[in-house]
Amino acid sequence: MTPVALMELAVVLPLVGAILIAAAGRNPNLREAVTLLTAVLLLAVVVGIVSAVLEGERPEVALIGFLPGVTIALSAEPLACVFAVVASLLWIVTSVYSIGYMRAHHEENQTRFYAFFAIAIAAAMGVAFSANLVTLFVFYEALTLSTFPLVGHAGTAEARNGARTYAGLLLAASFALMLPAIIATNQAAGTVTFAPGGILAGNISDSGAAIILALFVFGIAKAALMPLHRWLPAAMVAPTPVSALLHAVAVVKAGVFCILKVTLYIFGLDFLGDTGISVWLTYVAAATILIGSLIALTKDNLKARLAYSTVSQLSYIVLGAMLATGAGIIGGAMHIAMHAFGKITLFFCAGAILVASHKTEISDMHGLGRRMPFTFAAFLLASLSIIGLPPTGGSWSKWMLMLATADTGQLLLMGALMLSSLLSIAYLLPVAVVGFMAPAKSGDPGHDGTAAGIREAPLLCVAPLWLTAIGTLALFFFAEPIFAFLEPLVK
Amino acid sequence: MISVHQPILQIVLPLMAAPICVILRNAFAGWLLALLVTGGAFVASLILLVHVVNEGPVSYAIGGWPPPWGIEYRVDGLSAFVLVTVAAIGFLSMIFARRSVEAEVAADRGYLFYTMYLLCFTGLMGIPVTGDAFNLFVFLEISSLSSYVLISLGTDRRALTAAFRYLIMGTLGATFYVLGIGLLYMVTGTLNIADLAARVPEMTHIRTVQMALAFLTVGLGLKLALFPLHLWLPNAYAFAPTVVTVFLAATATKVAVYALIRIAYTMFGGPTMFAVMPIDEVLVGFGLLSMIVGALAAVWQTNVKRLLAFSSISQIGYMVLGLGLADVTGLAGAVVHIFNHAMIKAILFMAVGCIIFRIGSADLRDIRGFAKPMPITAACVVVGGLSLVGAPLTLGFITKWLLLQGALDRNWWWVAVVIVAASLLALVYVWRLIAAAYLHPPSERVAAVREAPAPMLLALVALTVATVVIAIDGSLIGDFAVVTAKQLLGSGE
Repeated sequence: MTPVALMELAVVLPLVGAILIAAAGRNPNLREAVTLLTAVLLLAVVVGIVSAVLEGERPEVALIGFLPGVTIALSAEPLACVFAVVASLLWIVTSVYSIGYMRAHHEENQTRFYAFFAIAIAAAMGVAFSANLVTLFVFYEALTLSTFPLVGHAGTAEARNGARTYAGLLLAASFALMLPAIIATNQAAGTVTFAPGGILAGNISDSGAAIILALFVFGIAKAALMPLHRWLPAAMVAPTPVSALLHAVAVVKAGVFCILKVTLYIFGLDFLGDTGISVWLTYVAAATILIGSLIALTKDNLKARLAYSTVSQLSYIVLGAMLATGAGIIGGAMHIAMHAFGKITLFFCAGAILVASHKTEISDMHGLGRRMPFTFAAFLLASLSIIGLPPTGGSWSKWMLMLATADTGQLLLMGALMLSSLLSIAYLLPVAVVGFMAPAKSGDPGHDGTAAGIREAPLLCVAPLWLTAIGTLALFFFAEPIFAFLEPLVK
Repeated sequence: MISVHQPILQIVLPLMAAPICVILRNAFAGWLLALLVTGGAFVASLILLVHVVNEGPVSYAIGGWPPPWGIEYRVDGLSAFVLVTVAAIGFLSMIFARRSVEAEVAADRGYLFYTMYLLCFTGLMGIPVTGDAFNLFVFLEISSLSSYVLISLGTDRRALTAAFRYLIMGTLGATFYVLGIGLLYMVTGTLNIADLAARVPEMTHIRTVQMALAFLTVGLGLKLALFPLHLWLPNAYAFAPTVVTVFLAATATKVAVYALIRIAYTMFGGPTMFAVMPIDEVLVGFGLLSMIVGALAAVWQTNVKRLLAFSSISQIGYMVLGLGLADVTGLAGAVVHIFNHAMIKAILFMAVGCIIFRIGSADLRDIRGFAKPMPITAACVVVGGLSLVGAPLTLGFITKWLLLQGALDRNWWWVAVVIVAASLLALVYVWRLIAAAYLHPPSERVAAVREAPAPMLLALVALTVATVVIAIDGSLIGDFAVVTAKQLLGSGE
């Protein structure tokens, strides 16, 4: 198949999957087989696109005329490939995990869950392969809307409120800030199509560009730059596989992906570097990194702590983009993958702990690691990747980002990154340490009322989380190809 | 390809059918007749639209008297477009109507309902095709008088006061309109719109002409419920039988917007006139006020019908704003929004009709959780709501894109800010609808109901599918609107 057909297929395939899932709703085994099959096929499709891009192709296709002068169009380039591979690869793992989790946790409305999950993946693929800002916006909103029923899956008052904050903040920010930015871009440049080197340079005054940049960076609230980060902790009411979707597979990654894309293809690194309009945003990002880490320290609820950790880690990528240097962009793009593997493992572990022991608070997890050694070992490994220590993939992206701050002479930012790494040690390592080392609290009932009854989570939960944990290791040893793949972006 | 009498067909048919309806004295027969007639008018207007788009405007002289002595009917792209919109909604409303009318209108008045409906339909179909300014007034009054009656047929007694208030304000509007036309006639000696279009732009400095435009604008402002002339609208929509609300909300105000476009752009030459008398800025100002005030009021409503009625006031603001922007993109935005809003409001009010038919209330608290027993209705509400907010891949997005672009073209960034603010408010009130549908467990009463009867559902789903299909390939309607806007502006240069 041609790369163009593959791109179209990447968006359509999960949608077809969603319809089949809905149709197979009465038969859980068939339904989940459809999910897995769709996920595997999608990965094959994405790999096909990546191999074409590796050979230097840049496939492009206009699908429909959407507005006068604007089309819904798809295109592929290295950055898109990284996001698409991460999303499609992790969808397989998440699907396996979902089967174990949802069954063990006796969740209701599972058909709805799998169907909307597939639609969200279709939207993520659309975001990845958008050829212009309007297409990007369309799929960005589709992603918000399709994940809304997932966040509110439980249907309780708490879930409703969480889902309301989630969708409300994301929709409001995109309508109030991102859409005006897109229209202003169209106004200034006469086009909204992504082009290497940017489209705004020479078409707009510096102050105008500064306003548009700020509208983009804050309007793309999926990147969770403070103060527009509230939706992320609010969304932790969702079932764990959904948290994985939000934090690792698609949603937040779509946000930072959009910011990288806008930086590279709308503004262009040279334009940003020459005008310096992004400098103040690097400080906002650095502040978000530090404040997010500090809030994470104060949280006893494991998922809440991980949520604020995500807020903090995402701003690494925003920071990389706003530094407007080659190392920053590549470091940011690599961090999309590195953080995805690390964070998905951590959330899978949190879910496995919940399924096995019904515990959500870190202070209740004393000694739990000795009962669930596989889960806690994976947690430790993924923690290392988030912190940025070898031998895990996270060390490379953080290294590149450090280089970028050094390149631009921003020693203050470099200090902030180091401080944040220390903070992440302080909020992540104790979980595993307490789990393995601390004596179990007495009178601490587990699943069946006794502490002794707690056992490892079901195999379908533990196997995926080990796969992703091994992924963080693999990314350490095989980072070079990714680096080589991304390098043309900034050449 | 088409008969020479085509332009008048869709007017004569319903006009003749209305008295037959009285003679029949039977609600079912009346309904059947109205269904056939509106269906026929819909097909005829579609043929006309295709013809006009392919071969240019059509002119028809009534009774064989050539204009300017006789009355001319003149159909160009814009009027054919409005015609199709009105006919489509009129036809689908009739598919929807039978059970809903049985439930909401006293049985012995059923045939009167269809009589009045056909008259109202005649009036609204007449306004777009007529090429005569006074004839336009006649059609405006046919549609208005019959809609006063239609509204007063509501079972709630407050429908009577609502209809009365509409009667008073509507008549004021009509009077203003006639005064304006009279002044123009005094200066130019003609009532034919094409003749007026040739003469008026050269007389823009004359005080009488300026007065005429002021009267016409205020008169139509009343008809289209522009803030602060909107007071008649919320109660009229809330207490009328739902079918009436569907039809009027979707078409009546839209046709008034069409009339305003005709007058401001075709007759007065648009920008030429605005250079002397800044009506455009007045329209932008009141359009923005309408958008915000309507949306703010909608946010606080608990009755869905009233909520949607205030939303209409807000949405009409968008159209008037587009009119006032007076450039290609802004005007195109207004044209798209005429169609877009007609579709959205028909969908949403039909959905409310289904809900009232089954649950018997339109109060947000009473209908909580209706998505469970009525999933199709709820899905249609979501689609309509998203389009109202302007989510991408809906027509609402195209409107908003064009309007924002138009505002920035004129360097009015603060207008862009207000547009964004209004759509955020829309998000809030649409959210309340969707939350009521999905986020609450149904009460026992709600859980016990079923989906509405098949014909009602059919009309609702047909409209919803149509708006989605049209919106996905939005360049079709978008390009058409741009071409139309260029024609309108070109005629003034």
